[in-house]
Amino acid sequence: MNHLLSIEDLDRGAIERIVERAARFAEVSDREIKKVPALRGRMVLNLFYEASTRTRSSFELAAKRLSADVVNFAASGSSVEKGESLKDTVLTLSAHKPDAIVLRTPWAGAAELVSKWCSAAIVNAGDGKHEHPTQALLDVYTLHERLGAIDGASIWIVGDVAHSRVARSNIIAFQRMGAHVTVAGPPTLIPRGIEALGCDVRYTLAELGSADVVYALRMQRERMTETWVPSLREYAACYQVNGARLGPRQVLMHPGPVNRGVELSGEVLDSPQAVITAQVEAGVVVRMAVLYELLAGARPSGLPPASRGVADAGGPREIRARSRDGGAAGAPDAPSVPDVAGR
Amino acid sequence: MSGPALVQAPRPRADLLLRDVHVVDPRAGLDARLDVRIRGGEVTELGAAGVLAPEPEAELLEGRGRLLVPAFFDPHVHLRTPGQEHKEDLDSGTRAAAAGGFAAVVAMPNTAPVLDSAPLLRSLREAAQREARTAVGLLGAITMGLEGEQLTEMAELRGAGALGFTDDGLPVQSAGTLRKALQYQRLCGGVVALHEEDPALARGGSMHEGEVSAALGLGGIPTVSESTMVARDAAIAGYEDARVHFQHLSCAGSVEAVADAKDRGGRVSAEVTPHHLLLTDEHVRCMDTRMKMNPPLASEADRQALIDGLRAGTIDCIATDHAPHARDEKEVPFEQAPMGTTGLETAFAALYTGLVRPGVIDLGLLVARMTAGAELFELEHFEVAPGRPANVALIDLDTEWVAGEQGWESRAENCCFGGRRLRGRVLLTLSGGGVAYRERALEPMAAA
Repeated sequence: MNHLLSIEDLDRGAIERIVERAARFAEVSDREIKKVPALRGRMVLNLFYEASTRTRSSFELAAKRLSADVVNFAASGSSVEKGESLKDTVLTLSAHKPDAIVLRTPWAGAAELVSKWCSAAIVNAGDGKHEHPTQALLDVYTLHERLGAIDGASIWIVGDVAHSRVARSNIIAFQRMGAHVTVAGPPTLIPRGIEALGCDVRYTLAELGSADVVYALRMQRERMTETWVPSLREYAACYQVNGARLGPRQVLMHPGPVNRGVELSGEVLDSPQAVITAQVEAGVVVRMAVLYELLAGARPSGLPPASRGVADAGGPREIRARSRDGGAAGAPDAPSVPDVAGR
Repeated sequence: MSGPALVQAPRPRADLLLRDVHVVDPRAGLDARLDVRIRGGEVTELGAAGVLAPEPEAELLEGRGRLLVPAFFDPHVHLRTPGQEHKEDLDSGTRAAAAGGFAAVVAMPNTAPVLDSAPLLRSLREAAQREARTAVGLLGAITMGLEGEQLTEMAELRGAGALGFTDDGLPVQSAGTLRKALQYQRLCGGVVALHEEDPALARGGSMHEGEVSAALGLGGIPTVSESTMVARDAAIAGYEDARVHFQHLSCAGSVEAVADAKDRGGRVSAEVTPHHLLLTDEHVRCMDTRMKMNPPLASEADRQALIDGLRAGTIDCIATDHAPHARDEKEVPFEQAPMGTTGLETAFAALYTGLVRPGVIDLGLLVARMTAGAELFELEHFEVAPGRPANVALIDLDTEWVAGEQGWESRAENCCFGGRRLRGRVLLTLSGGGVAYRERALEPMAAA
């Protein structure tokens, strides 16, 4: 794996591998010192063209727990506001030789484009309304932790599918893991042709009770001024996931941030069925696994090949040793995190 | 009108003997191996292959059965002059045209400033008389600044040499404004060419609405954005008995609307581009910005309807909508990229490779549709016939080449066919009696 641009690039085996590795990294989060030296000397650049607190800090935490150096570059207040093009910005920042660039933009396909312009590993942290692959991975991880297996589960994705990169990545990822996906929402916010991704389409929540998992999407307030829906009040009346609609055995997910009282009622949000904070927690370990997968085998830029052995051996062995000591992961081969060959 | 409808820079008149060329000129009813003599820039004599005697003052070119056709006429190109010469100019744009076998092109007025006044149009015509390699016709804007509100001084624009009128790049959104322009056409003449798109339906879209846009999360442009406007404007034109030309049809609904208008006796015509005849929204899946154009590449069913319309004559001609953009303008994420693909240098080869060789249409029909634009703008069509100015293209149908591999004559490289293996290479183009393009690989012409 050279980049993570789209969930489409990962088959079921690759998704499972990342989820398994994330499970091992979860142990790190429980330690007193939440850090392993696996990516010591590597530089991760967060390049964000959209306001984002949780995704960016999640990547930042993930990189820091792996001992990578992190530089945050937000488009606002930078050369971008002075009219610099994406390509020029990327080429300029590439001069610092980042090993990975975590990229969030409002434009579909931007991550793939950037991957052609520089040698760093690119992680798509959201490209317009196209994809958000690490969100899909962390959602798979969360469900895996909660349900054990996703195979055969019925997952409903509810709300503004048209403007949601999370929906697109999750439709693909959940299906790859063996789930059956249904999207539901107002007809104005379900894109024509979405069923070609393999999901079912519903315009009401009448059959929501058949779902094992209800995944609510954020309803952005500006969608109302753009007249996608007549009013948020009516939207909530038709599509809000609330106590009357959510059954006691259904798992509730949401990518955040939640509009309390719009797509979710307060009661379900605060109920034990909601795994929303678990999703946030999963974000860090899954992103650790992704960064590890992309960078652990690679030579840190700027260092001669001779020093490679030291850097490589340090990280994985460290994890191995500590995992054994703690015995957290349980599985006997769990500590052997790296599978460097063949990447 | 002051002066000729089409203008170009003066070039030396060609004296040539094209020996044993396969002449395909459907209007003249020609499909045979012939010798063609061109003297002083005019076709003077046709004879059976190998019969015409070489002359000492004329170059001799051995055709060896290669194709000779009346040069193509493109009713829809963007030469970007004045104001956007970093994308294209009169020289580079007409060089691209000549390299594609075109002897004449019609330039759109969405320049900076917009061609919406007689002095501007006159000065551009004068520039073309100095710089253009092929003949150039100009359309004036329908509304001032393409803003869709105030009509341009159409009569004055016609007087200054406008072939007709268009707000291309944008629709005339107000039916009332369009109606007034069509009424004014009774005074000044000139075809009104229409880019059809309903902004309320197309807003926020950057590609065809369908499975691909849904998968990519790109805003979709529904085909009804175009077809409803074609139907609306065909009805208004019918009511006013006006002459309108529908630009770059892209979907089945528009073909049906044009067919209906023609059935009712409407004075309407229509064009289609090579990219809409050959590509679909599946080609956008990689988000290659060269595949972003307006109207967008639509579905396979739409493509088939366009081919059927071209065959049936519902669609009268092929136009490239050659729309050059600078590299840095297209090297951006798909949603940020400007609409448009170049097409002059690849039009014939792409269509020959994609439609004629597989037997979808025959060569005669392709030649007819690539030359028909002239008549739609009330101009005499090009013909391989004695007494007519030499506007011909010599083409090697057997040569395979990779589009763009050896660079482009155009200043821009945003060609949706770039990198494709194509058959059919233009070797020589004569425009207005002079050599406008000659392929480097063409063997030196021996003097007799």
